[in-house]
Amino acid sequence: MNGQKKKGGLLRNSSLQSLIAALVCIVIGLLIGYIALLIINPAGAGKAIVAVMKNFLYYPSPMAAMMYFGSTLVKAAPLVLCSLSVLFAYKVGLFNIGAAGQYVAGAGACLYFALGFKMPWYVCVLAAVVAAALVGGISGFLKAYCNVNEVISCIMLNWIGLYTVNMILTGVKEPASPYTVQLTSGNPSALLPKMGLNTLFSNNQYVTIAIPLSVVVAVLVWILLEKTKFGYELKATGLNKQAAKYCGMREKRNIILTMMISGALAGLGAAFFYLSGMEQWMCTQTSVPAMGFNGIAAAFLGGLNPIGAVFSSYFIQHITNGGAYVDKTLYCAQISDFISAVIIYLCGFVFFFKIFMNRMLDRRDERRVKGSQKGGEA
Amino acid sequence: MLLLIQYTLIFASVLLLVALGGCFSEHSGVINIGLEGIMVIGALGGALMMKFLGGGTSPVVMILLVILASIAAGMVYSLLLAVAAINFKADQTLVGTAMNLLGTAAATVMVRAINSAEDASNVSSSIQYIDQKKAFLVNIGRFEFNWFMLVAVIALAASYVVLYKTRFGLRLQACGEHPQAADSVGISVYKMRYAGVLISGMLGGLGGIVYITAGVSEWKFENGVAGFGFLALAVMIFGQWKPMRIALAALLFGLFRALSNVYTGFDVLVALKLPGSIYNMLPYIISLIVLAFTSGKSRAPKAEGIPYDKGQR
Repeated sequence: MNGQKKKGGLLRNSSLQSLIAALVCIVIGLLIGYIALLIINPAGAGKAIVAVMKNFLYYPSPMAAMMYFGSTLVKAAPLVLCSLSVLFAYKVGLFNIGAAGQYVAGAGACLYFALGFKMPWYVCVLAAVVAAALVGGISGFLKAYCNVNEVISCIMLNWIGLYTVNMILTGVKEPASPYTVQLTSGNPSALLPKMGLNTLFSNNQYVTIAIPLSVVVAVLVWILLEKTKFGYELKATGLNKQAAKYCGMREKRNIILTMMISGALAGLGAAFFYLSGMEQWMCTQTSVPAMGFNGIAAAFLGGLNPIGAVFSSYFIQHITNGGAYVDKTLYCAQISDFISAVIIYLCGFVFFFKIFMNRMLDRRDERRVKGSQKGGEA
Repeated sequence: MLLLIQYTLIFASVLLLVALGGCFSEHSGVINIGLEGIMVIGALGGALMMKFLGGGTSPVVMILLVILASIAAGMVYSLLLAVAAINFKADQTLVGTAMNLLGTAAATVMVRAINSAEDASNVSSSIQYIDQKKAFLVNIGRFEFNWFMLVAVIALAASYVVLYKTRFGLRLQACGEHPQAADSVGISVYKMRYAGVLISGMLGGLGGIVYITAGVSEWKFENGVAGFGFLALAVMIFGQWKPMRIALAALLFGLFRALSNVYTGFDVLVALKLPGSIYNMLPYIISLIVLAFTSGKSRAPKAEGIPYDKGQR
C-alpha cells in the first residue's frame, strides 16, 4: 500500500510524524513538570513553569536577553555534538551511552593540552577529538572482538574516564580551589576564536565559532549517513551484521569506526564547551557530567535526525537553563532535569505512537474506500 | 582489616541484591539499565520512612517498615519500565537511561521540596538518619553487623530456589529464552515479564536503601547512587546470570569497592602512593577486563531486549 499517494499522505510522512511525536512528548513532559510544581507549591507553579520555558526572555531588556540567549547557545553547541554522537551510533545499531565518558575524555584532553602544554586552540580541539575517539574505539573494539555489550563497556568507561580525567586535571588546577585554571588567565590562545560573533550577543564573551560549527557538523553527519557509500555500509552493518559481512563489508572494522566517530563527535562537543572558557573542570567531581546523557535525550527527541537534533538540543538546553530562573525559595533548579528526563522517557513511546498513527490512517482510508464503493464510484 | 571485611560485606550485599534484581528482569527478557534509578527511588522511599519514623522506634519495626518502603518505592518505579517495555514495546535501553536520569532528578526535587517545606532556609537535597540507622546495626565485638547482610543472603537463597526449583522461575526463564515457545504452551509472556521487572524493582529498591545506609548517616540525593546500579549490572554479567556466581562476583567487586574506602588503613597500600582515584576506578577497570575475556561465551538470555510481539514468527 503506497500511503504517500493517498489523501492524508502528508500525515504518513515519517519525519512529520517524528516532529508531531516530539511535540507531543514535549507538551506532556511540560505538563507533568507543571503538575509536579503544583504538588510542591500550588501558588507559584504557573510562574515557575513559564520561567522554565521563557529562559532568557526573563530579562526585560533586549540586551540582557540577547546576552543570555548567547549563553544558552554556548551550552547548546556541545549538546548538539553529544546528541549527534548518540544518534550516529544508534543509526549503526549501537547504543552509545558512553557519549558522557567520551565527552569527559575530550574535556580532559583539551584542558590538559591548553593548560598543561599551553597549546593553541586548534591543537586542543584535535587532542579532544582524538582522546574521545580512542575511548569510543575501546568500546567498539570490545564489541567487535570480545562480544562485550557496548552499553556495559561504555558505562564502565564513563566512570574510568571520569576518575582518570579528575586525576590528570588535578595537575593543572588552581592551587586554592578544586577547579582547573581559567583559560583566560592560564592560556588565552586556547580559547576558541570568536570572529565577531560575540558582538551579536551583547558582547557575550563565551560566544565563539563553536555555535555555527556545531550546525555545520550536524549537516556533515547527515550527509555522511544519508549520501555516502560509507554511511550506507555503516547502516547496513547496524541492520544485519551477518548480511553485511556476506556482502563483503568489513563489519568489525565498521563497528570500531562507528564508535570512534561517535566518540570523536562527543569529544568535539567537550572542546566546544570547555574551550569557550565558560566553565572550569572541577577535579573533585563525583558524577559524570550530564551533557552526554542529555545527548541521548536530544537525539531521540530530534527523531534521530541530525537536523532534528540541532533543534531538540537547543530546546533541551533552553529548558535546562530556564530552570535557573524558577523562584528558588519555592522550587529547585532540578525541576528542568526532571522535565527533560520525563521527555526522554516519553520518547520511548515514539515508535508505538507512529504505529498507532499509521493504524488510524489505515482505518480512515479503509472507511473511505468502503464509502466510495457504496457510492458505486470505485 | 575488620573494617575492610565489614565494608566488603555491606557493599557486596548491595551489589548482590541489585544484581539479583537485574538477573530476574533479564531472565524474563527485559534489559534493566534503569537499576540505578530504581536504587535511587528505593533509597528515597526508605530514607523518607526513616525520617518519618524518627529515632525512637523499636528496631524490629524500623527494619521491617524501612525495607517495605524501599521495596514498594522500587516496585512502583519499576512499573515505568514494565509498562513502556512490555506493553508499548519501547527501546529498553532508552527507557532505562531515562529512568536513571528521572530517578535522580525526581528524588532531588522531592527531597528539596520536603526540606524547604519544613524549613524555608534549607535548600539541601540531603536526608539525615543518624539515630535511625542504629536500628540496622548490631555490634559483634568490633565488627558492625548490618541486618541487611542477612537480608542479602536470604535474597540469594530465595532467588536460587525461585529461579531453578519452582514452576514460576522456570517459566520466567523460558520467557527470556524463547517467548514464542513459552506462549505456545500457555504461559503468559506479558505477565511473566511484568513479574520479572517488578522483582527487579523490589530488589533494586532494597539495594538502594542498603547502599545509602552503608557507612554514612546522611545522603545527598543529588548524587544519585554513584554508578552502583551499573556496577551491579557488571556483576550480573560477570556472574553469567546465575545467582551463585553473581554472589561470588558481588563479593569480589565489593572488595574492590571497599578498598577505595579504607585503603588508607593499610600501610602496604599507602606505601604504593597511588592516588585515591585509582581505587575508585578499580572495580570498573576489572569488570571491563573480565567482561572482555568472558563475554565470548556469554550465557545471556537469548530473547532479552527484544519486545515480545504475539504476532511475530
